[in-house]
Amino acid sequence: MVDIPYEGIRSIPPAEVPDVELYHPRSWWTRYVFSQDAKVIAIQYSLTASAIGLVALVLSWLMRLQLGFPGTFSFIDANQYLQFITMHGMIMVIYLLTALFLGGFGNYLIPLMVGARDMVFPYVNMLSYWVYLLAVLVLASTFFVPGGPTGAGWTLYPPQAILSGTPGQDWGIILMMSSLILFIIGFTMGGLNYVVTVLQARTRGMTLMRLPLTVWGIFTATVMALLAFPALFVASVMLLLDRLLGTSFFMPSLVEMGTLSKYGGGSPLLFQHLFWFFGHPEVYIVALPAFGIVSDLISTHARKNIFGYRMMVWAIVAIGALSFVVWAHHMYVSGMFPQFGYFFATTTLIIAIPTAIKVYNWVLTLWRGDIHLTVPMLFALGFIITFVNGGLTGLFLGNVVVDVPLSDTMFVVAHFHMVMGVAPIMVVLGAIYHWYPKVTGRMLNDALGKFHFWVTFLGAYLIFFPMHYLGLLGVPRRYFELGDTTFIPSSAHSLNAFISVVALTVGFSQMVFLFNLAWSLFKGEASGGNPWRATTLEWQTPETPPGHGNWGKELPVVYRWAYDYSVPGAAEDFIPQNQPPRATQLIQGAAS
Amino acid sequence: MAVALILLLVAIGSVLFHLYSPWWWTPIATNWAYIDHTISITFWITGFVFVAVIAFMAYCVFRFHHKEGRRADYNPENKRLEWWLSVGTGVGVAAMLAPGLVVWHQFVTVPADATEVEVMGQQWQWSFRLPGKDGKLGTSDVRNIASDNPMGLNRDDSHAQDDVVIENGDLHLQVGKPVKVLLRSVDVLHDFYVPEFRAKMDMVPGMVTYFWITPIRTGTFDVLCAELCGAAHYQMRAKVIVDEEREYHAWLEQQKTFAELSPARAVVKTTYQSGGK
Repeated sequence: MVDIPYEGIRSIPPAEVPDVELYHPRSWWTRYVFSQDAKVIAIQYSLTASAIGLVALVLSWLMRLQLGFPGTFSFIDANQYLQFITMHGMIMVIYLLTALFLGGFGNYLIPLMVGARDMVFPYVNMLSYWVYLLAVLVLASTFFVPGGPTGAGWTLYPPQAILSGTPGQDWGIILMMSSLILFIIGFTMGGLNYVVTVLQARTRGMTLMRLPLTVWGIFTATVMALLAFPALFVASVMLLLDRLLGTSFFMPSLVEMGTLSKYGGGSPLLFQHLFWFFGHPEVYIVALPAFGIVSDLISTHARKNIFGYRMMVWAIVAIGALSFVVWAHHMYVSGMFPQFGYFFATTTLIIAIPTAIKVYNWVLTLWRGDIHLTVPMLFALGFIITFVNGGLTGLFLGNVVVDVPLSDTMFVVAHFHMVMGVAPIMVVLGAIYHWYPKVTGRMLNDALGKFHFWVTFLGAYLIFFPMHYLGLLGVPRRYFELGDTTFIPSSAHSLNAFISVVALTVGFSQMVFLFNLAWSLFKGEASGGNPWRATTLEWQTPETPPGHGNWGKELPVVYRWAYDYSVPGAAEDFIPQNQPPRATQLIQGAAS
Repeated sequence: MAVALILLLVAIGSVLFHLYSPWWWTPIATNWAYIDHTISITFWITGFVFVAVIAFMAYCVFRFHHKEGRRADYNPENKRLEWWLSVGTGVGVAAMLAPGLVVWHQFVTVPADATEVEVMGQQWQWSFRLPGKDGKLGTSDVRNIASDNPMGLNRDDSHAQDDVVIENGDLHLQVGKPVKVLLRSVDVLHDFYVPEFRAKMDMVPGMVTYFWITPIRTGTFDVLCAELCGAAHYQMRAKVIVDEEREYHAWLEQQKTFAELSPARAVVKTTYQSGGK
């Protein structure tokens, strides 16, 4: 038993709430379209990300049709297949997950959870969304330009990304680079906002160590993204120069389609270093918000404080820092200097320790809890299983020599889908079920939600767990057809067909979720302000959905950490962060 | 309690799938069984952690799911428990990393008696080169590539003249002999991948990469490209045949050297150039 540090109340600064100048909308356009309200921007980000995410989902169906039933669908050729995998990967990692976690959840939750009226730079925040939308439109336009989108793989490795043996060499690759550059500009405007808001706009009493882990996760991920995206930015600019102006940053002397090209002197490995210096932190840019959000889901729905809060915060920070010194574990077989392997294998496996601590603390939060198996809780449990599975297979790929036979096989595909596809999306879905009532004032339908969970969780597991074993067998990734080999038995083709059928089923079951979102908006049960009886500030707003400025006349004052669930002696099993100690109702006879 | 049971079944089902599914690594054909052993160790440790975490979680869901009147404990921290879990994890990580690094050391340390073989990748085919009687591979450069010199060998290098050049053919290796496989590409990234060898490495234009193996059994093995190299990536195939010593030399005798393959035209070209000036 540990005492709750109420002495923190003394550190609350004098009760001056400076007038916050907010731009109040004067017309329909500035309220709903060119809005400077972080909550509206969050919804704009989320809807845009989801829309382009649906495109990626359809692309994955086309890929699975080809992989499961090669030769059956004449409308998919080898070039298109490469274009599908490239666009699917890029959309999912950057335009869906990064945008949704930071632009969507970050915008909605940061001001509400820290007790601010809005982001500190609302105008820049609005610009961030519109530049993001432009990036998405440029990306989507590549489906309609001559030659189609680039088929270089989402890693866009030169030299092939800009040479004529690769589909989309004309317009596709140029627009892809342009879109990435725009995305990074847009993200930087939003990202600076999130960081400054967390550091400068917290309400009285909201110390850093009282922040909900959701804010810690999004905050750390944003700091990382601000440091990592510049590497992708310069790589994109340099590759664009190589393609358009004939520079040779990444291009050695080489033969293009039988003739000696004009390039010479560049290094393809330089691009890989720049790409993965961004690319590995990117994994955690997606994972850390998920870690934070799932911690809050588990705590709220198990009615128990998150176990080891301080350790959880330090684990987030440690993972964020370590993730900048592990990037070359994506390059063990790239041909880089072999002695680097020792260093990067060691750092990579060390990162497993803070990550494991987070997993232990999630399951230890369940221990002696009061577990409500709501839909958000189910998704949180699904996250733990898929994340543990995907995290453990990372220990194979991170351990340099074990990676040698497994790299570039379906094992890698299975691993990263489990750990940064399925697991974060479990959190996204759980979070939507959790916060939908705050955003709309209505509950999502519970029965549809449970159906959605079980089909998605079990289906996704059935897709990606067996896929590891195809990789172990040696089935390479990014193959349009496996063709004739001596080592791939026909049973492996049957497994591929099975995976495709399950993937299509899981894909279509998402329509149930979309229906639920639309139907509940009008017909859902009214939720009230705090349906989950949660402690964090966003549930304590005077209005639901919260109005512009979030808090009415006075900002909330915070008296405690975010996890006062089932406090001994208290009558209710939760005490909101803004409830003064004297206002806490006690059980009859309990000492205060 | 259905939810707890399903969660537990996911863990048990995963273990059973691992044990009984027909999909497993190919029978190894080189000395890199060490890599397979390291994978096995990793499977044991991670499998144990996976089952333990999921089983604990399923038990919690079974034992502590909401009932009327249940109230959660209030238990913010437990330094001792967190400390022990961190140390235990560290030990597990070390148990995987240590053998991994030892085997990596072997992997990057080429034995002195290894003979060299060169594999060259280009969109979308493989070429091979073996040192000739002098035992040395001649130098090469992408800028030397011509229709009569597809591997870009350096004509002025005497070591290159007797090199055995194999185009659109299969590579033969001798069983039991360590070989350093030198890898290069003339256009984009490729990766020389033979599943049974376990070793693989990208081929990067502008540099020479390598790995080494000792074939331990005879047979014919598929060569695939494992690094996306454009539209026909999936069709970039060849075969490697591991022979006994006698068959290997019989095959080697039949191969043509660089000098035999393109001497005439080289002379013609030189004459023409000097005649023109």
